[in-house]
Amino acid sequence: MLADKDRIFTNLYGFQPWNLKSAQARGDWDKTKDLMSRGQDAIIEEIKASGLRGRGGAGFPTGLKWSFMPKEPRADRPSFLVINADESEPGSCKDREIIRHDPHKLIEGALIAGYAMRARAAYIYIRGEFIREAETLFAAVQEAYDAGLLGKNAAKSGYDFDVFVHRGAGAYICGEETAMIESLEGKKGQPRLKPPFPAGAGLYGCPTTVNNVESIAVVPTILRRGAVWFSSFGRENNKGTKLFQISGHVNKPCVVEEEMGITFRELIDTHCGGIRGGWDNLLAVIPGGSSVPLVPAAQIMDAPMDFDGLKDLGSGLGTAAAIVMDKSTDVVQAISRISYFYKHESCGQCTPCREGTGWMWRVMERLRTGDADISEIDTLFDVTKQVEGHTICALGDAAAWPIQGLIRHFRPEIERRIRENGGALEAAE
Amino acid sequence: MADAPQIPDEAEVRARWGAFAWTAENAEKAKQIIARYPAGRQRSAVMPLLDLAQRQVGAETSTQGWLPVPVIEYVAAQLDMPYIRAFEVATFYTMYNLAPVGRYHVQVCGTTPCLLRGSDDVMAACKNRGMVKGRTTPDGLFTLSEVECMGNCANAPMVQINDDNYEDLDYDSMTRILDDLAAGKAPKAGTQNPQRHTSEPEGGPTTLKAMVEANHDYRKEW
Repeated sequence: MLADKDRIFTNLYGFQPWNLKSAQARGDWDKTKDLMSRGQDAIIEEIKASGLRGRGGAGFPTGLKWSFMPKEPRADRPSFLVINADESEPGSCKDREIIRHDPHKLIEGALIAGYAMRARAAYIYIRGEFIREAETLFAAVQEAYDAGLLGKNAAKSGYDFDVFVHRGAGAYICGEETAMIESLEGKKGQPRLKPPFPAGAGLYGCPTTVNNVESIAVVPTILRRGAVWFSSFGRENNKGTKLFQISGHVNKPCVVEEEMGITFRELIDTHCGGIRGGWDNLLAVIPGGSSVPLVPAAQIMDAPMDFDGLKDLGSGLGTAAAIVMDKSTDVVQAISRISYFYKHESCGQCTPCREGTGWMWRVMERLRTGDADISEIDTLFDVTKQVEGHTICALGDAAAWPIQGLIRHFRPEIERRIRENGGALEAAE
Repeated sequence: MADAPQIPDEAEVRARWGAFAWTAENAEKAKQIIARYPAGRQRSAVMPLLDLAQRQVGAETSTQGWLPVPVIEYVAAQLDMPYIRAFEVATFYTMYNLAPVGRYHVQVCGTTPCLLRGSDDVMAACKNRGMVKGRTTPDGLFTLSEVECMGNCANAPMVQINDDNYEDLDYDSMTRILDDLAAGKAPKAGTQNPQRHTSEPEGGPTTLKAMVEANHDYRKEW
């Protein structure tokens, strides 16, 4: 188990106040100026060396992403940092804990990251439903301004930097980076075609980097303790510590910071009091939030929880939000409910997704009750393949993968329902 | 279209809301909001301003507020953008109510993590009080909606009522919360599990135990 001294989010559970004074007593905003005086390129190199990969799901190396930003922004085209706090992936609940209990880690990270990528300002896009969390964030940003840590000559570094908070209003798709930029510009959150990538033309057509809350909030600690410290955790290419969120059928669901690559079994036994009804009662796990395919019990139990370990199982780490299902679960219903989610959240821009998500959900509902023909399982699988990869953003893929995972691992269960409902007779004829 | 919003008659709406204008306090807030965005990019403020307008409508009607067409027109005019662009935004995002809602907007999360932990029981508690999904109770007190993942999954199942979240619910605690609200009391927000503080494991954290009692500085142990 990770030692407490090596945890970054020490006030994760909010037992202590979030305010600036308490945060400073825990080590935030400590000599921020010195960290910045190392220079922009040195900070980017340190983050690259730490092996930090984006914590929002895709796992793109954070330092590398920053290095795509222009080295000398033009006066009429300033660079922007956009921080993605639109946490909406079913299963994910980590950014909320950072924002409401440790907001100064995020704000300090915004200043340092913004400085490193030569940005003029950061916009923190927080999902609209996080109402109390946004209140905390607004107040924390104001505290930082009042203390001279933001604004002109931020933290006495000689660098001018602003941080603004922008509240969303209820749209999962705004978690996609170009949809987020559209939304920030005051439009419907519909993803843009790439290229141009945001680093070339993003917010207001200016160079923009979009980073997840956790990716930014860990930056000050990495700089203070060094890339070597951070990369001493986890396996090659999967370095560092990570906030894991465990929901569903464990005895004690929780959010907890752990070393990357911790096995699923250790994570659950150490922090969640085991699987409800014991390990023999485990049916399947969705290991990275609703977008990734589920993994059956036997494969996940001793698997390392990191990007490559879960990729090897045909799934993914995503946001490290594990949704655990025991044998009492109606697994077809569980996935069908996810299909409904994607139907509800499709932005309606691309036809395969707009029409496909609704179609897939309706078929999933019939499979749930067994009111279907066995051949329809293959038809459904075919349709998911036609949606996947044929849309502007990854929402189409995210809607397709859970269904593909279900069919891959639980086909006998789906067939059983159809047969019990009399559907097998039709197939035999 | 059974779940389409029950938008009131247009003439009535225009008569009631045609003269909508910010209160002095909200006019000041609107100015501050617009100042967050670069000059000439005031359109970025459309989302926060629609939210502000909805809240003002709510305050004037003792409900959670909604966005009558004249109010959207008012916001669009202030930001110098075509009405249709503001209306697009109002219809795209789920938190803007296009029809009136009640005093309390009960939004039950029904997505898989909550479903696995018993959101059906939470929904049943609402229905057993006479609430119907997508409708407001005849006394105007409660509007019931099923919403998608609210990001409280380690404290599932949960419900958002107005600005507060109530987490770790079951049938009984949900019934109690609704009873309290109906009686004009303010139930405790956050987790309803007496053995939890926030998102730590039930019965006390497995990590960072020193933080429970004091604001511990771990730097000395680095």
